[in-house]
Amino acid sequence: MAMSQTTGDDTPWVEARQEADTLAFALGGAWVTQRIGKQAAALDTAPLPGARRVSLDIAAVAAMDTAGAWLVYKTIKQFRAQGLEVELVGAGKATAGLIETVAKSDIPCPPQPEPENPLIAILLRVGASTVFICREGRDLTNFLGHTVSVLFRLAVKPWRLRWTAWFSHMEQSGLNAMPIVGLISFLIGVVLAYQGADQLARFGAQIFTVNLVAVGVLREMGILLTAIMVAGRSGSAFTAQIGTMTVNEEVDAMRAIGLDPMEVLVAPRVLALIVVMPLLTFYADIMGLLGGAVMATAVLDISFVRFTRQLSEAVTMWSFWVGILKAPIFGFIIGLVGCYEGLKVSRSAESVGQQTTRAVVEAVFLVIVIDAMFSIMFSYLKI
Amino acid sequence: MNARDQQNGPIIRIRGLCTRFGPQVIHENLDLDIDPRRVVGIVGGSGSGKSVLLREIVGLMRPAAGRIEVFGQDTCALDDAGWRDLKRRWGLLFQDGALFSSLTVAQNIEVPLKEHSQLSRAIRRDLVDIKIALAGLPPEAAHKYPSELSGGMRKRAGLARALSLDPEILFLDEPTAGLDPIGAARFDELIGQLQRTLGLTVIMITHDLDSLYAICDQVAVLIGKRVKLGTIEDLLREPDEWIQDYFLGPRGRAAAGTAKQIANGHVTTDRANTD
Repeated sequence: MAMSQTTGDDTPWVEARQEADTLAFALGGAWVTQRIGKQAAALDTAPLPGARRVSLDIAAVAAMDTAGAWLVYKTIKQFRAQGLEVELVGAGKATAGLIETVAKSDIPCPPQPEPENPLIAILLRVGASTVFICREGRDLTNFLGHTVSVLFRLAVKPWRLRWTAWFSHMEQSGLNAMPIVGLISFLIGVVLAYQGADQLARFGAQIFTVNLVAVGVLREMGILLTAIMVAGRSGSAFTAQIGTMTVNEEVDAMRAIGLDPMEVLVAPRVLALIVVMPLLTFYADIMGLLGGAVMATAVLDISFVRFTRQLSEAVTMWSFWVGILKAPIFGFIIGLVGCYEGLKVSRSAESVGQQTTRAVVEAVFLVIVIDAMFSIMFSYLKI
Repeated sequence: MNARDQQNGPIIRIRGLCTRFGPQVIHENLDLDIDPRRVVGIVGGSGSGKSVLLREIVGLMRPAAGRIEVFGQDTCALDDAGWRDLKRRWGLLFQDGALFSSLTVAQNIEVPLKEHSQLSRAIRRDLVDIKIALAGLPPEAAHKYPSELSGGMRKRAGLARALSLDPEILFLDEPTAGLDPIGAARFDELIGQLQRTLGLTVIMITHDLDSLYAICDQVAVLIGKRVKLGTIEDLLREPDEWIQDYFLGPRGRAAAGTAKQIANGHVTTDRANTD
């Protein structure tokens, strides 16, 4: 039993031999978790007919931990269950103690619950998701009402609004978003101009590229891209911030102190996006048109002066207002969904991530659905 | 009789350890020797660098200067493979268990076994069952997720995971924090018992004076950026004011009194019946 782990080969080994009515196992090497591998199977050797006794000689075992002790104990248990006499030879005091500890801890856990039949599992999931989506819709509508009522309350008592928080969120989700929103709008203007010119050149109507860029950017692209960027940047940030606060019990602490989280957390964020979205959209429109103009001058031989002249003919004031009018509504929705999902975080870190993803997906989805509804409405109104 | 008995000298040996966070010095020239098969409690005021010391020993942080030897190997000089081998030889219990939240208790315990051993699936399952029983968890807990467990159960599950590779050293970060007194006493008893049967070296950060008296052989006090190691009696002879306050303050005296009564058999507690 005295063998060092560093000297010699201590790979665990087993020898099984049957003499007359005795099945004899001899074990050696280091019977520890990290060394035991296939050798364990040799302990399952079935005794030949006529065997009455089993002896386990572990005198040559250099080291043993709970894994080794469990295998020895399990072997003893199995042979005893077959009605054989089992003898353990060569166990030192420490090893015997370990085997005893393992024996005491031999309390099998219930088997893992069987997975459902796949067909039923699919049905269950479809049902659960349907119920979930309906509930989510109901709760979100509920939250919408709650938020609107809080906003009206703040309109009557404006001194209750958290002005510092409001301005800070406007800075974070508005001012700090300008580089990325500007860059993306500029590039989309470039892409629209290039693709449009390619097609329109076939009719010799290259100049109408300007109309395409102007109407596209002002009515749809500027606002949609801004909304998607803000949902990804700020909507997710709202969920993560409020969600982390929920996990840390900060939201509960607020309620306990008598602060209304709707007033302290939700209102400044939602209001910030309502204000910031039209501003960002205006900026995105300009950058998009600029992208188109740069492309037109550089590649299409439409000078900047011609571009602006064509621009003023192509668009009416309404093209601009159609985009800008949608902005505060989209901002409201993005803020609403972000805060709602943040407050729905349960008390685990995992759920913060889940809710954040959900917030972005839901916000983008709702923005596009509402944008489609606006399109239909504007076409009825002939704008 | 076991490979781990061959260890000569201290199992952990720290020399000249320095830790700085910017201008703030946490440890300065800290020396510490921990002998195998001891239960050592690390105590110290808030901000004295207990957790930092533990994190440095297990390699989660690098000290600014100094030498840390574990099992006689200089941890700063180890390559990746050396670290991997070293990490299999200790278990770590974080404050709230730090269980992987997407796995059940049984899967959590199986993670290190899957990663670091060649045991067959069936044997791994058997070993998981044993570790669950060893950590004093009820068998029904095996297929629960960490979020469905109480704080005490999470700690036990974390302990079972820390024990899954049969480590030689067990590091515990405030094992009894957040447990009720009965749960804390049971946890102490469990650790003492595991230490004896599995021959572990246990190093625990604790604020629990009862734990110190109940199971610690030695106490390492972090004070003045250094560490003072000794039995509680040794430490009581130190003139240092903080140590005196710590052990002889009202809480310290109460814990000492309980420990003495238990030792004399005057108080019967239900600590003993946890196996």
